Amino acid sequence: MATERIQMESELRDRLRAPATGNEAVEAALSRRYDAGFVTDIESDSLPPGLDEGTVRAISARKHEPEWMTEWRLKAYRHWLTMTPPHWAKLRIGPIDFQAISYYSAPKGPKYKSLDEVPRELIETYDKLGVPLHERAKLAGVAVDAVFDSVSVGTTFQKELAAKGIVFCSMSEAVKSHPELVKKYLGTVVPQGDNYFAALNSAVFSDGSFVFIPKGVRCPMELSTYFRINAGHTGQFERTLIIAEEGASVSYLEGCTAPMRDENQLHAAVVELVALDDASIKYSTVQNWYPGDENGVGGIYNFVTKRGECRGPRSRIVWTQVETGSAITWKYPSCVLRGDDSAGEFHSVALTHHCQQADTGTKMIHIGRNTKSKIVSKGISAGRGQNTYRGLVKIEKGAEGARNHTQCDSLLIGKRCGAHTFPYIEVKNPGAIVEHEATTSKISEDQMFYCRSRGIGEEDAVSMIVDGFCKQVFRELPMEFAVEAKKLLEVSLEGAVG
Amino acid sequence: MLKIDNLHVRVAGREILKGLSLEAKAGEVHAIMGPNGAGKSTLGNVLAGREGYEVTAGTVEFEGQNLLELAPEERAAAGVFLAFQYPVEIPGVNNTYFLRAALNAQRRQRGEAELDSMQFLKKVREKLAVLHLKDELLHRAVNEGFSGGEKKRNEIFQLALLEPKLAILDETDSGLDIDAMKLVADGVNAMRDPARSFLVITHYQRLLDYIVPDVVHVLAEGRIVESGDRTLAHELEAHGYGWVAGRHAPAGAA
Ligand SMILES: Nc1ncnc2c1ncn2[C@@H]1O[C@H](COP(=O)(O)OP(=O)(O)OP(=O)(O)O)[C@@H](O)[C@H]1O
Ligand SMILES: [Mg+2]
Repeated sequence: MATERIQMESELRDRLRAPATGNEAVEAALSRRYDAGFVTDIESDSLPPGLDEGTVRAISARKHEPEWMTEWRLKAYRHWLTMTPPHWAKLRIGPIDFQAISYYSAPKGPKYKSLDEVPRELIETYDKLGVPLHERAKLAGVAVDAVFDSVSVGTTFQKELAAKGIVFCSMSEAVKSHPELVKKYLGTVVPQGDNYFAALNSAVFSDGSFVFIPKGVRCPMELSTYFRINAGHTGQFERTLIIAEEGASVSYLEGCTAPMRDENQLHAAVVELVALDDASIKYSTVQNWYPGDENGVGGIYNFVTKRGECRGPRSRIVWTQVETGSAITWKYPSCVLRGDDSAGEFHSVALTHHCQQADTGTKMIHIGRNTKSKIVSKGISAGRGQNTYRGLVKIEKGAEGARNHTQCDSLLIGKRCGAHTFPYIEVKNPGAIVEHEATTSKISEDQMFYCRSRGIGEEDAVSMIVDGFCKQVFRELPMEFAVEAKKLLEVSLEGAVG
Repeated sequence: MLKIDNLHVRVAGREILKGLSLEAKAGEVHAIMGPNGAGKSTLGNVLAGREGYEVTAGTVEFEGQNLLELAPEERAAAGVFLAFQYPVEIPGVNNTYFLRAALNAQRRQRGEAELDSMQFLKKVREKLAVLHLKDELLHRAVNEGFSGGEKKRNEIFQLALLEPKLAILDETDSGLDIDAMKLVADGVNAMRDPARSFLVITHYQRLLDYIVPDVVHVLAEGRIVESGDRTLAHELEAHGYGWVAGRHAPAGAA
């Protein structure tokens, strides 16, 4: 019995960790640095830089959107004009020139009707990123929507999913094929004027994924979107909407990369999740946007609004994120726990190396009775990286029996980095139980020496210790993503010691 | 196997080892005893390559090569193993995984083939049986939440698995109950081999009833002040370290 357990555990671990034990794999991982940094040479149809009502209309027209969608965008745009960028985050950001950005870029040519029509360069791009789209090599058990700059280039397994009544397509497609659903849910979790970047997104959003899981259906495979920024001087403004009807469940994954460029590119996404009665949505992100170089030149500005609403009783939303990329990350995936007995979770690993800055965390808003939330945040800072956890736990008056547990751990590597924790707690119901634990630690010399005295080299020792630190969060990720996440941390920490 | 000659070591600006010499041949077990603060752990750390220990004079030869110029992981691969006086916790890192990573890292450095998970588990089972250890500790994170005794036994398990040429045990008996101490001693005895040497640092002659040493050294004030056979340990037990000091006026004072 016991030995079988070792074996199982060890085999599981082999899958999780195979790369760390194979010499070549480690070498490859360590030498690859940011290997998603290439540019695909494909002609694109882009709007000139600049933003005004005409731009908004032009985007809408390029996408052949119905009138109501155009109006929705314009309303958001007009609201955005009245707003100012937020300054409360612990981030040092130069002013962003919104007129210098191109708000739409798409590979030239007619829209692809099926994956067979997608040009070879694009298929190859995704192959290189480890996301095969073509029929023979499709990822088993994972349906992928591939978004390239402002448009979705294709979605796999659509037929198989449709057989179950599941809709998984690009947002642009959904606006046309399922307008009633889009109208019913879009902007109901993150309103157009929610915040500066959400308003901007609502005005100019390009593409993203739309997921609808009908009543009682458990989605039979992982759904995933792979976002790729390719063109220079463009922003990516994706919009994702996931709806799980009564008793439905789905696990959704998101990955992102961009070429290395010495300009800062803007990524301002909005993600909305709606879980009705007894529904469950698991949303996992491995974010690896280009982080900039070691001197802080270039990199993606990642300003993202992600929010899920547990609208029905007993519904559940789980956010898991591994944030290793971007020059700046501003992101607080949140849960509005409206339904009684609903539950929200947030599991996060955020790593900042070199000059990266992250201000990330979550908001758990308890409205319904007996609502529960759990927050596990692991921040890792190396080099001159600055890592901030910012989290709000709010218990409304009617949230009888609400409970929250927050665990917030920071790990520092080296002497020039920083970790900061800002937990905000607002409790309006005296019966609620809110717990907060926080630790800050360093990779100790003792730990390093212990590993090295057993034969493990410095870089491997660091990634092993960091991996151990993140274990609780990695456990929440689907297997393939856990492998990817571990590799990413290894690569991102390259040069953090010595 | 190991030849230490006139070793001087500074730690945090203070000279701790002051001309230590010691030679251990393959297959020998050397016990090192000595008062608190004498420099026993310092010796272990220097041999294993810990940073911050500055060698100001002297040489250490291990199997004919200069040990002092190797990085800690290279020393491990060359066959040096230190069982820590205070084993370190590594939260979240599975013990089995850690051991396999360590073993394979060493094998890689030696140009040997790595063990796959089946081969590794076979080895783990063998060693567990020899040491009469339960496998439950293997499923936990490295030393995390282990009791003092469990940590020490885990060190011996690592020793058994890594099969070094030179094993330095730094007070592995401290904090063990009598049964656990016997188990540890059995484990060490099972590993005695004509090709393997041990430096056993201990405060208690009792351990040496179980692990019978070839040579006993007394380390005081940074050097070996007395060496003898196992009866020396009995004398120390009976008379204390003052007895040694009385017999040998410290050379440094002369
Ligand atoms: N990292 C360090 N910084 C400062 N002083 C140190 C350090 N390591 C060792 N020392 C000092 O060196 C001396 C020898 O320490 P060491 O740990 O080698 O003694 P020991 O013989 O192992 O003692 P014990 O029997 O108590 O384990 C002590 O005075 C100790 O305080
Ligand atoms: Mg000691």
